[in-house]
Amino acid sequence: MLDKNGIAKRIAKEIKDGYYVNLGIGIPTLVANYIPNEINIVLQSENGLLGMGPFPFEGEEDPDLINAGKQTITTLPGSSIFDSAMSFGMIRAQKIDLTILGAMEVSENGDIANWKIPGKMVKGMGGAMDLVASAKNIIVAMQHVNKAGESKLLPNCTLPLTGIKCIKKVVTELAVLDILPEGGFKLIERAPGVSVDFIRNATLGKLYADDNVPEMNIE
Amino acid sequence: MINKVVAGADEAIKDICDGQTLMLGGFGLCGIPENCIAALVKSGVKNLTCIANNAGVDDFGIGLLLQTRQVKKMISSYVGENVEFERQLLSGELEVELIPQGTLATRCLAAGYGMPAIFTPAGVGTEVAEGKEVRNFNGKDYLMEYAFEADFAVVKAWKGDTAGNLIFRSTSRNFNPVMAMAGKTTIAEVEELVEAGQLDPDHIHTPGVYVHRIFQGNNYEKRIEQRTVRQKEVGSH
Repeated sequence: MLDKNGIAKRIAKEIKDGYYVNLGIGIPTLVANYIPNEINIVLQSENGLLGMGPFPFEGEEDPDLINAGKQTITTLPGSSIFDSAMSFGMIRAQKIDLTILGAMEVSENGDIANWKIPGKMVKGMGGAMDLVASAKNIIVAMQHVNKAGESKLLPNCTLPLTGIKCIKKVVTELAVLDILPEGGFKLIERAPGVSVDFIRNATLGKLYADDNVPEMNIE
Repeated sequence: MINKVVAGADEAIKDICDGQTLMLGGFGLCGIPENCIAALVKSGVKNLTCIANNAGVDDFGIGLLLQTRQVKKMISSYVGENVEFERQLLSGELEVELIPQGTLATRCLAAGYGMPAIFTPAGVGTEVAEGKEVRNFNGKDYLMEYAFEADFAVVKAWKGDTAGNLIFRSTSRNFNPVMAMAGKTTIAEVEELVEAGQLDPDHIHTPGVYVHRIFQGNNYEKRIEQRTVRQKEVGSH
């Protein structure tokens, strides 16, 4: 079973040289720590920055320079700044190659819910609805089950939707799964030491697994 | 050159009336019109509808207008950092319309570009789509979203000139340029106000035609919401 950093490491393997990537808050943010040195990518922050750099050194924080998580950050050589309309313009126009975001639920049809728990949490969707509606390549990074032990990979989402039929890949602490065009989760890889049966028990949606599902290699 | 300069925040916002709709620039607490928000609190104007990406934090930004119950309705994309906001929302004291961030920005853009509506895929198939016209283009569904109508846009820029031209700094640009274009009356507060001619025309982000009132603000706090840093490696300077 992987920890959060393990999930991030595995997702980092999906990133190709030359990609423009938008990372959501939480586990997706950790992915930036595991991009191999030989791969050059540009991180987009949807508040209006391409070329997001690491956190500033202590004492060098600039209140005018933050990421979409409102954290102080830095720019890099080649960075650019733009307004919010252009930021979502490039997202809508599919200039961003890969979006990685967290989720509360994903359905076997590729629907995603990650912005609202009625009566409990109403923080808002931020840029998530724009991202999932437009991105050509979305990976969800999340825990396979919630804190109550219930599967987050479902036949249908029970929470208010963020987007429909948009998720193609999910990486959890247990598995890498593709969502098939005709519906259903296809088990691609198992986390080290995790059996197919264990994953099947943690997946409420339809799960397809071949006879020999390889273990992930995250090193 | 037409002169857009007013004395300060109090004068700039003096004719904002109860029940009007305001756009407020900024992302989180970054690039917010601090001086105008303080002046609005002081003015006591109420029943405002505020279009702003976020609702500030409890004791800063738009949070200050929420504390004093001057806001009737918020139109925002993300309001997670404000406990008082969430309390007013769950208790029904505050009306809230949550909309996708790109939709928010582009509805501003449409207003500033003189276009009545836009089509966006954001929110298709979700509760955001309820009651909205759906159009299919090239096999994909899009929602029709109307351009915003706002009585005032209140924005913050880094530099401005007496003609109302604006330059923004770093990611404090965010919603400010698109909101500046979208207000029936646009008020800009700037950190540094210079004479017309002092800014390079090639460097202007918002042309003065969109800006009706400009003043140099003061005492910017620029509060940081999430101070994140890394340590210098041992041996480096």
